[in-house]
Amino acid sequence: MTANPNVLEVEHLSVRLGDVEILRDLSFAVPAGSSLAVIGPNGSGKTVLFRALIGALPHSGSVRWAPGARIGYVPQKLDLERDLPVTGSDLLFARARLAGRPPSEIESALARVGLVPDVLKKLVGTLSGGQFQRLLMAFALLTSPTVLLLDEPTAGVDEPGQERMNDTVRRLQAEGVTVLLISHDLSVVFRFATNVLCLTRDHTCFGIPRQVLTPDILTQVYGEPVGLFVHDEPAR
Amino acid sequence: MSLPASSVILSASMAVAAGLVGSFGLMRRMTLAADAFSHVALPGIGVAILFRVNPLAGALVALLLGAVLTWTLESRTRLATETIIGVVFSAALAIGALLTTGEELMDALFGAPGALSNLELIAGLAGAGAVIAFVLLARDRLIVTFLSSDIARTAGIDVRRLSLLYLLAFAVTVALGLRYLGALLMGSLMIIPAATARRLASNLTSMLTISVAVALFATLFGSILAAGTGRETGPVIVSVAAVCFFLSLASRRAGVR
Repeated sequence: MTANPNVLEVEHLSVRLGDVEILRDLSFAVPAGSSLAVIGPNGSGKTVLFRALIGALPHSGSVRWAPGARIGYVPQKLDLERDLPVTGSDLLFARARLAGRPPSEIESALARVGLVPDVLKKLVGTLSGGQFQRLLMAFALLTSPTVLLLDEPTAGVDEPGQERMNDTVRRLQAEGVTVLLISHDLSVVFRFATNVLCLTRDHTCFGIPRQVLTPDILTQVYGEPVGLFVHDEPAR
Repeated sequence: MSLPASSVILSASMAVAAGLVGSFGLMRRMTLAADAFSHVALPGIGVAILFRVNPLAGALVALLLGAVLTWTLESRTRLATETIIGVVFSAALAIGALLTTGEELMDALFGAPGALSNLELIAGLAGAGAVIAFVLLARDRLIVTFLSSDIARTAGIDVRRLSLLYLLAFAVTVALGLRYLGALLMGSLMIIPAATARRLASNLTSMLTISVAVALFATLFGSILAAGTGRETGPVIVSVAAVCFFLSLASRRAGVR
């Protein structure tokens, strides 16, 4: 066994939605235990990529997960009706039962994302953006994933919420979980990612953030020159 | 007030199935679709009468085909289910009305309890039992899938298969209710109790419980009321359910402002 086998290998991946080719001929690999940040302007196909990786979208090319990889997926937002009488408890217990996990693991999953058990009684439609994101994260953690796919986990979340989410991700990385992360926040990319995959309309880049993310590439990614690469690190 | 016991048992089990399937239908955003979906029974009834087969058997076949059609269209095209069902099944209502006429049309549209054969009773109870068992056993998979089909996929759930099974359960439930409510109104018995429960419930279990309770109450009390007043059963059942819904509007769910 090699030191860092790939947990995911993608070759010549293309995705068409209707007449539009969203992703074209994408190839990259994700070593086990590493972190991959996916960046790109709106509409560049970041979420489409994640959905293709989990097999939710038809695609050409190959997506190979290592045998035994357990995937946890935290989507950016869900199209939920606010007044549906479904509580956090309904969701987490359903997931625990499906995975054959004892209910005691729900509390530890909540603790890992920094949620109090009180959240379980609330309707999911009444949770704040940050609480809901962390609930989905706890949902994903219940099955002890070896790979986590996070689609902008801190979008629409307040500053303390973002820090808590970042801490959680850092802890998971330390535990050896492979993380695939879509983010708009370059400071997050530089702090978290082993590799970065940038999707722009014209071409893609893949590699170590500090080598790949040249001013030129960032201009393509964000559509305008980006002066500050690394945002201020919050005091820790 | 003298309703035959077999009819009471069958209509009660139909109501339980409707309350359960309807609750998940609401989560699947099938509120309007449920109504139009029940219309697809009508051409089935029309063809069955034409060929002198049991109309309910014809309706069941049409509904099951409708479920498979919806499932196929949903996965092939990117149209919302509501649009598909709205167009296809409203057209089915028109075709069905052309195939069926007079007294038979009224019975098919609004229901006619009539005498129940042993075969119908056994088939009905088996159908209701299967639907109830499916919803209760698949409850966790349904809730995760309706939360997010993408998350469900990563949880190892066969989303397409589950979706087909759910639509088939929906079709069987509509078929069960045709005798009592007819093709025009059966969709209402699946949606109104669930909509009432959504107003009152504080979690999924209480939503399912309240939905079943309202469907049962509307069906049984409605049947008695219809028999007592000499009215058609279906419209009375739906009216009772609607009254429950409007009463629920006055109440507030605990924990929600």
